[in-house]
Amino acid sequence: MRALQAEGVKTIFGYPGGSIMPVYDALFDYTRGEKKCFDHILVRHEQGATHAAEGYARVSGEVGVALVTSGPGVTNTLTGIADAMLDSTPIVVIAGQVPISALGTDAFQEVDLVGVSQPISKWSYQIRRAEDVSWAVSRAFYIARTGRPGPVVLDFAKNAQVEEIEYNPQKVDFIRSYVPYPKLNAESVRQAAELINSAKKPLALVGQGVELGNAQAELKAFLEKADIPAGRTMLGLSALPSNHPLNVGMLGMHGNYAVNLKEQECDVLIAIGMRFSDRVTGNLKTYAKQAKIIHLDIDHSEIDKNVKTDVAVIADCKESLPAITALLNKNNHQEWRDSFKPLDEQERIKVIEPAIHPKEGPLLMGEVVNAVAEQAPDDTVLVTDVGQNQLFATRYFKYHHKRSICTSGGLGTMGYGMPAAIGATFGAPNRTVCCFMGDGGFQMCIEELGTIMEQKAPVKMIVMNNHYLGNVRQWQDMFWLRRKSFTKMMNPDYSQIAKGYGIAYEAVGDRQDLAAAVRRMLSTDGPFILECQIKEEDNVLPMTPPGMDIDKMMLEI
Amino acid sequence: MKKEEKKLYTLLVYSENVAGILNQVTAVFTRRQVNIESLNVSASSIPGVHKYTITAWSDEDQIKKIVRQIEKKIDVVKATCFTDEQLFIRESGLYKLATEKVLENPEISRTIRRFDAHIIEVNPTYTIVMKFGLTEDIISLFRALDPFGCVLQYTRSGRIAVTRGMQEQVSAFLEERENNMQ
Repeated sequence: MRALQAEGVKTIFGYPGGSIMPVYDALFDYTRGEKKCFDHILVRHEQGATHAAEGYARVSGEVGVALVTSGPGVTNTLTGIADAMLDSTPIVVIAGQVPISALGTDAFQEVDLVGVSQPISKWSYQIRRAEDVSWAVSRAFYIARTGRPGPVVLDFAKNAQVEEIEYNPQKVDFIRSYVPYPKLNAESVRQAAELINSAKKPLALVGQGVELGNAQAELKAFLEKADIPAGRTMLGLSALPSNHPLNVGMLGMHGNYAVNLKEQECDVLIAIGMRFSDRVTGNLKTYAKQAKIIHLDIDHSEIDKNVKTDVAVIADCKESLPAITALLNKNNHQEWRDSFKPLDEQERIKVIEPAIHPKEGPLLMGEVVNAVAEQAPDDTVLVTDVGQNQLFATRYFKYHHKRSICTSGGLGTMGYGMPAAIGATFGAPNRTVCCFMGDGGFQMCIEELGTIMEQKAPVKMIVMNNHYLGNVRQWQDMFWLRRKSFTKMMNPDYSQIAKGYGIAYEAVGDRQDLAAAVRRMLSTDGPFILECQIKEEDNVLPMTPPGMDIDKMMLEI
Repeated sequence: MKKEEKKLYTLLVYSENVAGILNQVTAVFTRRQVNIESLNVSASSIPGVHKYTITAWSDEDQIKKIVRQIEKKIDVVKATCFTDEQLFIRESGLYKLATEKVLENPEISRTIRRFDAHIIEVNPTYTIVMKFGLTEDIISLFRALDPFGCVLQYTRSGRIAVTRGMQEQVSAFLEERENNMQ
C-alpha cells in the first residue's frame, strides 16, 4: 500500500478474489478513516477494471491501476492489457498469484501470468518475496509512464503478500538497459528542418504521441511557423483543436477525403508521434511514394516499420518539435492549403451534410453525434466503443481541449466504451464524459452499469441502437455479397435495464425530439442512458476499402 | 518490387540476467514467422549480462525490425545484427564413433586428421571426436565419416561469434548510461 502511495496512486479499479485477499485486507484501511489515501472502485468484471484504468490514464495523464486476483481474474484483464499495449496507455495491473510453493502445480486459480502477458505488455514481473515489493512497484510505474507508455503487469505471489518486513521505500528512476527518452540527434533535426523549409506541399500527420508527450503547444508553434496543414490520427484527434485553421481532419480508412488524397500529393510528409497503422495508410505499396518522409517518434522500433523514412527524429516530440521549429523559416502555403478546399467541399456535400443534417427518414448516427457535439461543453471527453458508433463519433465530434478522446484504436476492443468512460469520470472529475456505443458494444460490458450505479459515475451513455453489429454488416454488404451472417441482433428492453440499475433513461427516435433529449441528458446530474433508435442499415462514409490505395476513397457506395 | 534476398544473419543480444528474457527474444522471431537456425546463450564478459548469439535466415529489412523489437524489451541491453563478414565465427561438433570400426579402417583416422579434428576420448566401445570450425567444416566432417558406418552420434553446437570491429559497443553503452543516469 505504501509503495502505491509513494507512486502517487489515488484511484484503483479492482475486483477481489482468493489470491489477492491480503492486499484487499490492507486496502480496506487505506480507503477509509484516517489512513484514507485511495479510492477503490469495485468493477463488475476484471476486463472493466483494465479499460477503466485506461480511460483514467488517457484523460489524466497519470498511470491507471487495476487490482485483480489470480487465474480467471487476471485472464479477464488480458484484453485490456493488449488494448493498452497497442494504444500506448500507461496502466499497471496488479494480480494475485498462488504462493511460490504452489507455482507450477496447477494449483487452484493458478495461471502462468508472466508467460501469457509478456507478449502484450511493456513489462511483466512476478513478485516472489516481500522484499521486492517496493522495488517492483516503483519499477512498474516508472516503466508504464516513461518513454512510450504502456501496460505493466505485476504478478504478486500470495506468500509475498503476507510476509512481514520493514517497509524500505525504493524509487526506480533509472534502468540501464532501458532508454525511455532517446537523445535528440542534432543532425537529424537539421535534415528535417531543411526538408520542411524546401517543401512546397508539406503535410503533417499528428498522432497520440503529441498528447503523450504533452506537446500540444509545441505542435501548434511548429505548424504555425511553417504554415503546415495537419491531419490527425484517431487517437491524436484532440492533440490539435478541431477549429484550428491548420487542422485538415482525420486520417485513414474513414477519415476525411481531402487529407487522404493529399497524402498522395504532398512533397514532404511529417509524421509526429504516430505509427502508420494500416488503418491510416491503406496499401503501403502505393502510400505517399512521391513524398519525402520525416518521422518523429520516441520509439526507435516504429521507424521504417511500415513506411520507409527519409529522416527519422527519434526523441520525445516535446523536445524534437521545438528543436525543428527553431530552424524553420516562416512560410506561407496558402495555395497548397486552399487546394484542400474543393475536396472538403465535395465531402461536405456528399457525405457530411446528409449524415448530420438529414431531411427525412430514421435517425442517423452522424446527426446524433452532431447534436451532442453542439451542446456539450468544450472540454467534454469523448469516449467511444468500437464500430460504426466510433467512426461516426470520432468524425463528427468537436475537440477543443487536449486529452479529450478515449477510444480503442489499435486493438478495436468492443466493450471498451462503458468501462473506459467510468475511468474517465474519475480521471477528469470536472469534465463531462459522453460515451457513444452501439447496441453490440453496450452489451459487451453491460455489467459495468452496476459500477456506474454504485459510484453514481456521471457517464452520459448514448446508445445508438440499429439492431445490428453495424460495421460488420456494412462490410458484409460491401464485400460479402450482402450475406448478413449473424450481424442482426435481438436486443433487450433497455428502459427496463436502466430501471433495474436506477439510471436515468430516455429513448429518442424522432428527429425533432433529439436536441431536447440531448439537452436533458447533459443537464441531468449523474449517469444517463440516451437510447437512439437509429436507421438499421446506414453506412460510414467516406471509406477506403481495406488494403486499397488510400486515395481510392469512396464518397458513396 | 523485387523481394530482397535472404541471408544468414547473426544477432548478438546482450541482456540482464533475469528469468524470461529468452522467451521474449524468441517471441519476436515467432511473431514474424522467422526460424531461429541456431542459438547460444552464455554469461558475457560483463558481470550480470548475458550474451545471446542467434542466427536466422532473413532479409535486411525484416532483420532490422526484429533487432529493434528485441532491443525494445526492457531488460535487453543491446541488440545488433551482423553478416558473416563482420564476425569471427566458430561452432563445434562432437562425433561419437564406434571404436571397433575406427580400428578396422585406418581411413577413418586419416579423415579425422585431414579435417584437423581432435580425438578427445577413446575406450573399447566408442571414440569421441571434436571439431571446431565453421558450420560447413563441421557438416563436411560428418558427411565424410558417415559413409564408413562408424558414427554412433553426432551433434553440432550453436554458433558463437565476436565482432571484427575494434570497439566494445556494449561496455561503452553501459558506461555512458551509468555516467548520465536518465
